This record gives sequence, structure tokens and C-alpha cells, in this order.
Amino acid sequence: MANALIDRPDNARRGDIVTIRLVLSHVMETGYRRDISGKVIPRNIIRNFVCRYDGAEIVRAEFTQAIAANPFLAFTTVATVTGPVTMTWDDDEGQRYSAETMLNVRD
Amino acid sequence: MTFDLNRREMLGTMLLTSGLGPARAASGEMEAAILAFTGGVVPQPGKVTLDIAPLVENGNSVAVSVGVDHPMRHDAHVTTIALFTEKNPQPNVATFHLSPRSGRAFVATRMRLATSQHVAAVARLSDGSLWSDIREVIVTIAACTEE
Repeated sequence: MANALIDRPDNARRGDIVTIRLVLSHVMETGYRRDISGKVIPRNIIRNFVCRYDGAEIVRAEFTQAIAANPFLAFTTVATVTGPVTMTWDDDEGQRYSAETMLNVRD
Repeated sequence: MTFDLNRREMLGTMLLTSGLGPARAASGEMEAAILAFTGGVVPQPGKVTLDIAPLVENGNSVAVSVGVDHPMRHDAHVTTIALFTEKNPQPNVATFHLSPRSGRAFVATRMRLATSQHVAAVARLSDGSLWSDIREVIVTIAACTEE
């Protein structure tokens, strides 16, 4: 499965405020659960998330284990130019993930 | 962590008098987490709208959104939105840093709730002021925090 499912409008006019919705594929293991032998399953959550578009940081987030598995996120951005919206996120295991979507902007 | 009692009392009063007027005082841990986020300042109730269902069947995934009634201009915008819980194993949920390019002060996610409790949202504006909203949520099936 892909790292993330991203939803955004197919087209936007310059200046429009567009909503970006996404689901990140991640277990978000809390570190509170134990396996069948009683051993604590180590915490593995997404620690931080950054979304960039048109040379600027649109939103940056820090998560805790209180964010549900396969985190859903929605936020907005002002459509400025046609270009990629890039997202990166890191988890406790040191894995870095990224995803990208194109935003088509017309005048 | 030490906070003077007066500020704690004020925050407790703030939490009690805002939102839906919950019956219980917010727990000390959530208050401490909020004060750690604000740098000891008690946020004012208002501007922030925390949208979460009052009755939740499954605490493993609870839709929550936060909007702030404030412009997103370079000279006046919302810089940070943070979410807190009263009775989860730890009180912080997530912190979102926004920019004027966000266009609107709005974020949504899905969170875990270990039990029925209060959830609070605090927003920091570019002028440094702090605003909050608090909701009480009843959870019938809690998120797994043990076993």
C-alpha cells in the first residue's frame, strides 16, 4: 500500500483556499500494549509531519500516541502556483516517509 | 513541574466556565500540559472552536477538528494549535504549526480517547495571545491502552 492517500481539488483558482485531506499508513503503536509473552511492544508513532508547497511550509505537526492509527489529517492552503505539494513524516524507528501531489492552479 | 496555585485555579476556572460547562474540574495533568505549552499563561476562552462528537462509540478513532476565528494575514495569524486530553495516559495529543499560507486556521485529525473525558484545544496567535475551547466527550468503548 502507498504511504499515504491524499485528496485535494483537481483544479483551483489562484487565491482559493483549498483543503488537503490525507491518510498516512502507519500503525501508531502506542507503547502501552504488550505482546502475547507479556513483553511491551515498543512505541512506534509518527513524531512529526511537514507539508510544503510553493517554497513555504504550509503546516508542520508533532504527534503523540493519542493520534489514531493510520492518521487522518486535514488542513488548508492558499492556491498560489501549479506545483507539487510535498509531505514528509518521520516515525520512532527513524523511518522517513514522503508523499507528493500536484495542485493545478489557474488564474 | 511547578506552577503557582493561583494560576492553576484560574485555569481550572477557565476550563469550567468555558465550553459546555462541564461538571468536573479538568485534571491537573491537562492543566499542566496546557500551561507548559502556553508558558504559564492561562488561555482565554473564545475564538477557538473545537468540534468533536459529545458521545463517541469507539475511542480508537475519534474525528476532531479545530477552527480559529481569526484572519491568516502576515501581520495577524494563528501560529499554533494544540490539542490536549484530560485522562489519556499522557495529556498531549498533537501540535500544529500554521502559517499565513495556510489560508485558514483549521486542522482536523482523528484521535484516541482512553475514557470519557474533556478535550481542550488551545491556539496561539501571532500577537502572542492564547485562546481555548474545551469539550466533554463520553466514550462507550475506550481505546486500548493496555494489554
